[in-house]
This record gives sequence, C-alpha cells and structure tokens, in this order.
Amino acid sequence: MQGHLSLLLVVIPLIAAPVAAILPRGRLSWALALVVAAICAILAGVQLWAVVHDGVISYELGGWAPPWGIEYRIDAVNAIVAMIVAGIAAITLPYALLSAEKEIPEHQLPLFYSAFLLCFAGLLGITQTGDIFNLFVFLEISSLSSYALISLGQKRQALTSAYQYLIMGTLGATFFLIGVGLIYSQTGTLNMMDLALRLPEVSGLKTVHTGFAFIMIGFALKLALFPLHLWLPNAYTYAPTVITVFLAATATKVALYVILRVLFTVFPHDFVSATPTGDLFLLSGMTGVISASIYAIYQVDVKRLLAYSSVAQIGYMALGIGFASSLGVTATIIHLFNHALMKGALFMAVGTIIYRIGSCHMDNIQGLGRQMPWTFGAIVIGGLSLIGVPGTAGFISKWYLVLAALEQQAWIVVAVILIGSLLAVVYIGKVIEVLYFRPAKETHLAVKEAPMLLLAPTWVLVIANIYFGLNTELTVGIAQRAAQVLGVTSG
Amino acid sequence: MTNNLILRVVSKSLIPLIIVFALYVQFHGDYGPGGGFQAGVIMSAAIILYALVFGLDAAEQVIPSTILRILASLGVLIYAGVGVVTLFLGGNYLDYSVLGETRVAGQHLGILLVELGVGMTVFSVMLIIFFAFAGRGRP
Amino acid sequence: MDFIIGHYNYWIAIFLMMIGFYTVISRGNLVKKIIGLNIFQVSVFLLYISMSTVKGGAAPIITAGVKLYSNPLPHVLILTAIVVGVATTALGLALVVRIKEAYGTIEEDEIHQQDHSL
Repeated sequence: MQGHLSLLLVVIPLIAAPVAAILPRGRLSWALALVVAAICAILAGVQLWAVVHDGVISYELGGWAPPWGIEYRIDAVNAIVAMIVAGIAAITLPYALLSAEKEIPEHQLPLFYSAFLLCFAGLLGITQTGDIFNLFVFLEISSLSSYALISLGQKRQALTSAYQYLIMGTLGATFFLIGVGLIYSQTGTLNMMDLALRLPEVSGLKTVHTGFAFIMIGFALKLALFPLHLWLPNAYTYAPTVITVFLAATATKVALYVILRVLFTVFPHDFVSATPTGDLFLLSGMTGVISASIYAIYQVDVKRLLAYSSVAQIGYMALGIGFASSLGVTATIIHLFNHALMKGALFMAVGTIIYRIGSCHMDNIQGLGRQMPWTFGAIVIGGLSLIGVPGTAGFISKWYLVLAALEQQAWIVVAVILIGSLLAVVYIGKVIEVLYFRPAKETHLAVKEAPMLLLAPTWVLVIANIYFGLNTELTVGIAQRAAQVLGVTSG
Repeated sequence: MTNNLILRVVSKSLIPLIIVFALYVQFHGDYGPGGGFQAGVIMSAAIILYALVFGLDAAEQVIPSTILRILASLGVLIYAGVGVVTLFLGGNYLDYSVLGETRVAGQHLGILLVELGVGMTVFSVMLIIFFAFAGRGRP
Repeated sequence: MDFIIGHYNYWIAIFLMMIGFYTVISRGNLVKKIIGLNIFQVSVFLLYISMSTVKGGAAPIITAGVKLYSNPLPHVLILTAIVVGVATTALGLALVVRIKEAYGTIEEDEIHQQDHSL
C-alpha cells in the first residue's frame, strides 16, 4: 500500500464525508472525523518523510499514464503544505467537540462534520494533484463546503458573509477556469509538468499572457491578497470558531501554494520575470501589511482584529513571492508554516473565551485574562510569535524575509516589515491590555478557565510556536528544499 | 394543480416514460452519449413532475427524505468503493482494467458501476435540493 | 472584418461574460447577483465548448468510416464545471432564502442598514 499513500490521503476523507452525513448522532460523526484526520496526519507525515528521502512521488490515477491521465505528483512543496493541512485538522478536531456543540444545533452536527471532511478532502486534493483541472475541481469542493460551514455561524451576519464569500470565491474560481481554458487552447494539455514543457514554445502569445493573468487574479481572490481581501474579515469573524481556526490556518495557505506552483513550476521563469508580476506582489504585499495592520488596530472584536492581521500576514508571504529569489520563496514557505501555527493558536485561544462568555468583543472580555490564565498565556505567546519576538516561530519567518529583502537591497521592504511588526505590537498590546489590566465586568466574575479539551489543542500549537522558534532545522531545511524544487535561482 | 384532470392524466402517463428514458441514458452511457449525471437529472425530473402535480406530501411518500440522504451517500460510496476494490486487486485507484477477465471487460464493468453511483447521487441530491426549497416555510 | 466574423464564438463568450460580471457588480438584489454569476459561468462553458470544435469533425463517438472527430476533452471538463455551477447556484439560493428569513429583505443596501443599526 506504500505506493498508494498520496492517493489515500485524499480518498479517505472523501469516503468518510458521506458516512459522517448519515450517522445518527453528532458525536459519532465527530469521532469518525477525528480518526480520519489523525490517519491523514500520519499519512502526510510519512509522505513528507518519503519525499525528503526518496524524492518525487508520482501516482497515476486509474492507471492512465500522464499527461493523458490525472497524475498526483508530490514533491517537497506539496508535501509540506499537505502536512500543514492534515496536521491542523488533526489538532482542530479534538477542539471541535465542545466548541461546535456549543455553537451548532445538535441535528446539524453530522452534516457539519461531513462538510468539514469534504473541505478537508478538497484542500488535501489541491495539494496532491498534478493536474490543473483536477485542481479546479478540488478547489470547488473545498470552497463550496467552506461557504456552507461559514453560514452555520450563530449570528445572522454569518449568512451575509457566507454569501459575500460565495460570490467572490466563485468569481475567483471562474477566473481560474478561464485562465486554464486559454492555456489549454494553446498547449493542449492540463498536466502541470507537461504544461511546463510546452509553455516555453508558446509563451510569446497574447492568449498565454491573458490566461496567466486570469489564473493569478483568480487565486489572489482566493488567497485574500490585498486589495482582494474584502470577503475575509467578515467570513472569519462570523464563522463558527472551529471553522475560523481551520480555514485561517489552511485555506489561504493552500491558495498560496497554488500561486507558488503556477508561478514557478508551470510557467517558465523568463516568462514570469518579463511580466510585472513580481513588482505587483511586492506592491500589494507592502500596502497589505501596512493598511491591514492599521485596520486591525481599530477593531473592537478580537476575532475581526485577528482576521485583519491575517490579511497583513498574507502580505508578508506575498513579499517573499515578489522577490522571486530562493531566499524570498524560502521565507514565504517558512511563514506559511509558522503562520498556520500562530493563527491557529490565537484563534483557538479566542475561541475558548467565546466558549465561556459567548462573545469576544473588547467590552465583554476585559479582565478575563486573570480568570483564565492558561488562555491568556496562549494569547500572549501566540501574539509574541505574531509580532516576531526572538524565540518564537514568527521571528524565524521575519528574519528570513528581512534577509531576502537585504539581499535585493530593497530598503523600503525592510522598513515595511519593521513598521508592520511595530503595528502588530500595538494591536496585540491592545488585546493584552484589555484582557489583563482592566477590571472584569461584574457579570463575568464567576467565569472559570476553559475545559481541558479546549486548552490542550491550543497549547499544542502554542508549544509548537516555541519549538519551531528554537529548532529551525526542520522548517528551514524543508523550505529551502521546496524553494530548490520550485527551481528558483537566487538573484 | 391536484384537481386538474388533464394534468393528472398526462403526467401519470409521462412519468413512466421519463423513468424508462432515464434508465436508457444511464445504461447506455458506457457505449454512447449518456451517463450518470444526465440520467440522474432526468430521473429526478420525473419525481419533481409528480410533486408539482400531486403535491409535495405525495412525492415525499414516494421517496422519504431519509432514504434520499442514504442514497446520496451510497452513490458516493459506490464510486469510491470501486476505486478501493481496484486498489485491493492490485491496480491503481480507479484502474478498472483489473476488475474483469480482460482489460476491456474490466473497463466496461468499472464504468458501469461508477456511473451507477454517480446516477444515484445526482438523482437524490437533485431531489434533496428540490424538497429543501419547496418545503421551506411549511409548518 | 474577417477577424471579427471569424472569431464570433469569442465575441459571444465575451459579451455574455461582461453581462454576467456587470450584473454581479452592479445589482443590489441578491437573487439577481446569482443570476449574473450564472451567466458569467455559462459564458466560460461556451468558451470551452466552442474551442473544442474541429472544422468538419464529427461528434466524438466512434463510428465506422469517420476519420475526423471533435475534441471530447473540453466537453468532459465542462460537464464537471456545470455540476459545480449547479451546486454553487443551489447553495447561493439557499443562503438567500435564509437571509430573507433572517432580515426580511434581499436588497443589499437594506441588509447593510439593518446590520449597522444593531
């Protein structure tokens, strides 16, 4: 079965999803989802290990040889992203049991977990597949289920934000479809490796340029790259907490992976460097970091504050892509990994407060830090990591990003990264100030620490933040390997 | 519309034909144009017509929504299950060739089963969507 | 002139695409937005299907004596995309029904007004 590893990663959650839907009780579906996520996390770990040691894995679906059949092609880049998705799912699900029971009516729980598994399968599928149209199908599987999941939020604004996301997401996916169609019309192939072989011959054509632009814009929408991020703050604020944790830590990462793949593997390097793509990524990254951080400072809802901070963090990742150097791409991949850890930890910690008092508005949560010390500790450490304090994972990604900027002597970018970190100090400081230094509301004096089942997954991520801040061998090693696979030459 | 004699008679005589046509499209799909997607939609159109003429309650008696939910899941499971069976027979996922004595026979059997799964799911999902919308707001 | 007439399928696709896109952007009614989105998607389906035509090619079903067939692959791709489109529409309309129940309206500006007053 070893050879079928890369495929089982997608098929197991796909098979489990319809089963979860017909199970009679929410807890049974949850148990199934948990088992599936744990198996997938193990498989993804084995896959990552196999890729690092033995090189690329290629799997022919249905026994049809590529480029005619669909090929699953795994190298260091997919393997690390698949690991993030599966790992975060396995950590989120223990957290989901109590949190989802509180926020979602019991009769909807089986369908909730079914949709969760579908979203999970879709995201894993995007990372595994080597066929660009298959990628579109998995993209839609994950997007459709995430619209449904977001709409399950408690407030009625969840419905409007899910609708908004549906419109924006479908536009993005259709843009991607147009781009794929235009490129298919010129090359006659949909396999990514085959496209990479054939595109250099036709790269001068206007059709190919147009297709490239459509694909980039389509995925920039999905990635919520500034200024196409408008759907993200609402969606993250009103979605059920578990879904916010899961999507914040995985969905944007997968979109970023697709952009990396298309930019560096599918299209030839001289084609991309002849277009202003790099400069556009730098520009939108810089404006995104500054403006989204400023927006974050003015938010009064902690979930929304963190959502804006996510937009800023996506800006950092865009900066790394913009440099198109091996250091830059390494920094992007490191940040992709680390951001999943810190945002996962922060949203989970905020979720435990929501579990206790049903809100995370600044007026309601004041003073709770002293009553919920473990939750408060998680927010502090996650926040420090977000700022980029040495000793946390966030520092490593910022460090490599600054190195990449210095290498290109892009002083403005260095300044932007530093200003962005200072702004992060302000908005994280604001949360900590409210949580710890203000007196608690009288109605909330009896609020106790959250249950163990919510704290344990949170602290797993918090400890991971510290671990990957001290031991950089694993993340940096794999990220450098991934940058190498993408064929980015330095300079 | 329940009282309109012409509608009742015409739809009663049309529904069997629609179902037969759906089955034709379903099982002809491996040789000619057709397949599970189209057959599922045509089949569900027959039930939707029945619901339009005879009322939602009558249609839900024909196919209760719990059965629809199970059918929808079962269809996906048949599809995925065929893939898993091919794995155990030593082929790649969804490699139908290992299913039969010869390559062609295997491919034939494989696509037939997979399309059956697709047909079931499309049929029941279309009806679930219809019932969900049409039944909204009823007591 | 030849350029314009010879590429008529693209003109139709672009025309429909812009109608759909404009409807999505400009209309405040949530159902109209979904209709616009549908038109937008269908234009892409047409783009794919018209691309697959081979001049003088027969329908891609093996028949004795026929040498030239149209390209069947885009049809298969678009069958998938149509299913995705149906799912998107159903989900979108379901959300609109829920929004109507929660807000009592499906006009975007009225919804925004209600949320700000909260």
